[in-house]
This record gives sequence, C-alpha cells and structure tokens, in this order.
Amino acid sequence: MKFAVISFPGSNCDYDMYYAIKDALQEEVEMISCDETSLDGFDAALIPGGFSYGDYLRSGAIAKFANIIPALIEFANANKPVLGVCNGFQILTEIGLLPGALQHNKSMSFISQIEPLTVVNNETLFTNLYKKGQHINIPIAHGEGNYYCDDAQLAELKSNNQIVFTYDNNPNGSCADIAGITNQAGNVLGMMPHPERAVETILGSEEGLTLFQSILKSFKGELNRVN
Amino acid sequence: MYLAKIHITHKASILDPQGEAIKNALHRLDYQDVSNITAGKYFETTLTSDSKEQAEATTRSICESLLANQNMETFLFTVEKVED
Repeated sequence: MKFAVISFPGSNCDYDMYYAIKDALQEEVEMISCDETSLDGFDAALIPGGFSYGDYLRSGAIAKFANIIPALIEFANANKPVLGVCNGFQILTEIGLLPGALQHNKSMSFISQIEPLTVVNNETLFTNLYKKGQHINIPIAHGEGNYYCDDAQLAELKSNNQIVFTYDNNPNGSCADIAGITNQAGNVLGMMPHPERAVETILGSEEGLTLFQSILKSFKGELNRVN
Repeated sequence: MYLAKIHITHKASILDPQGEAIKNALHRLDYQDVSNITAGKYFETTLTSDSKEQAEATTRSICESLLANQNMETFLFTVEKVED
C-alpha cells in the first residue's frame, strides 16, 4: 500500500507522519509537495499537522488554494482514504471535504498533552481494529481545535455515524466533544489528535498505530474483494 | 478606483473565545461596564473595477471565497469611490 504525505509550507508534523508509515506501519510512503498536481499511484493521502502558510488569515484558509487541492478532492471523491490530522483537519474543513470549522480553543490556550478519547464508531476504514467504545490515549497539540458546526449539521453527523472520536474530558470546547469526524461516505477522516505521535511505546502510546493498521487492513480487504 | 472596507466577525450565535478573553481582561482592568466585546478582522482593498456595482460584486466574492469562513464568520463591507 502506498501512502502520500502532503507537505505544505509550514507543515511541521509531516515527517512524524512519514515515519509512522515507514517505520511503524512499514508500508511504502512518499513525501510530496503541495505544489504537485497529481496523486496518481497513491492508495491513501495524509495531510499532516502544522501551520500551513503560517495559518495566515485562518488555519487552512490559504492552503485551500494549493496546487494539489483539486487532485485531493478528486482522490476523495474516488472513495480513496484521506486522513487530515490537526492542521490537516482544518484544511479538510476549509476545502469542504468535511463539514464545520475549527475555531480558537475555548480557553484561548494552546493545549499540548496526551488526551483520552473514545472510539465512537469502529466501522470506518480508519478504526476497524479498535473496539467500539474503546478508550485510547492520543496526544493533542493545538490552539484552534474547537470544533463547531450548527445544530442541523450536528444532527446529520450523528444520524450518519460520522462522529468517530470524542474527547473524554473535552479540552477545547468542541461541540458534542467531537475530536474526529468523517465525511458521509466515510473515506475522509479529520481529527485534531495526532495518531502519528502515538505509534511506539517510547512515545507514550502506540494506540495511534491501530488507526494506520486499520487503513491497511481495509485496503487489503478491498483488494481481496476486487480480486 | 474604489476602496472596499471589510469587517469579518464571529457569527453572533457562536461563542467567540477571543472576545471572551478580551472581555475578561477588561474586567480585570476594572472596566466593569463592558458587557460584551467581539474580536474580528478588518481589511481594506482598492479595486480598479469599472463601476461601484462591479466593485461590490468583487468584494462580496472575495469575502465568500477566502476572507470569511461562513461556517462561523459573517462579513460586512462598504465600497466608496476614491481618487485614482
């Protein structure tokens, strides 16, 4: 399985993501620039955390106009896996692949700590190796992770089972304790916590690795089904 | 030439964490009569549009496509004619 990590000017978790795939998951991975215009040959796209374009104007607002974005939208519409973490989640909401928006944490503090989460939906291609209701510890590191959507959108997220991860002790004011959501089709996941920083016990947790293993498992299952 | 003055603010229905933090600071400074404050962004742009209507249409499009995130923000603008 071949992963692309899309690096923007100001991305700073791109190599964390790269090594999570290369060393922990031990699959093929390539770092590509957001100046590229194609994702041909890749089976999954990963948008890392950081401060793309300095987060000028708003987190993810300028990244929306990077060269790679039309290819990314096409990739997502072809039902291929797209994962956005932290700034990657912000970018996915800005380009409209995910609903809602991320605003300043309620406390106005930048929060960097290991955060307990609950796996609300384990029937996604990103979470199939977790148990439903499983509690996992994944680090967060953000100033603007306060997920907001209006009531109608929230009802839709709930009825479609698009809420994948929730915070056990809501750190940032997110509505409905939301830490991660998918699109309706379930192939695009955005989350503020960093699974790529939780892939080895020496990092404090390896419960993030399960997410990448789930993607791999779905991919192999899909291959078997097609063949 | 036209000059557009654009204000972006949080939608009134959504908690504005920046505004809340600033309000709390003002209360600590003993400005107890401040009951609410909203933080936003202000932009000025000059446009070479042929008419005021066209300048307004362009400004609206700029706000919708980039300057405001309409999930959580709202915008107001004025357009006036200025000397070239």
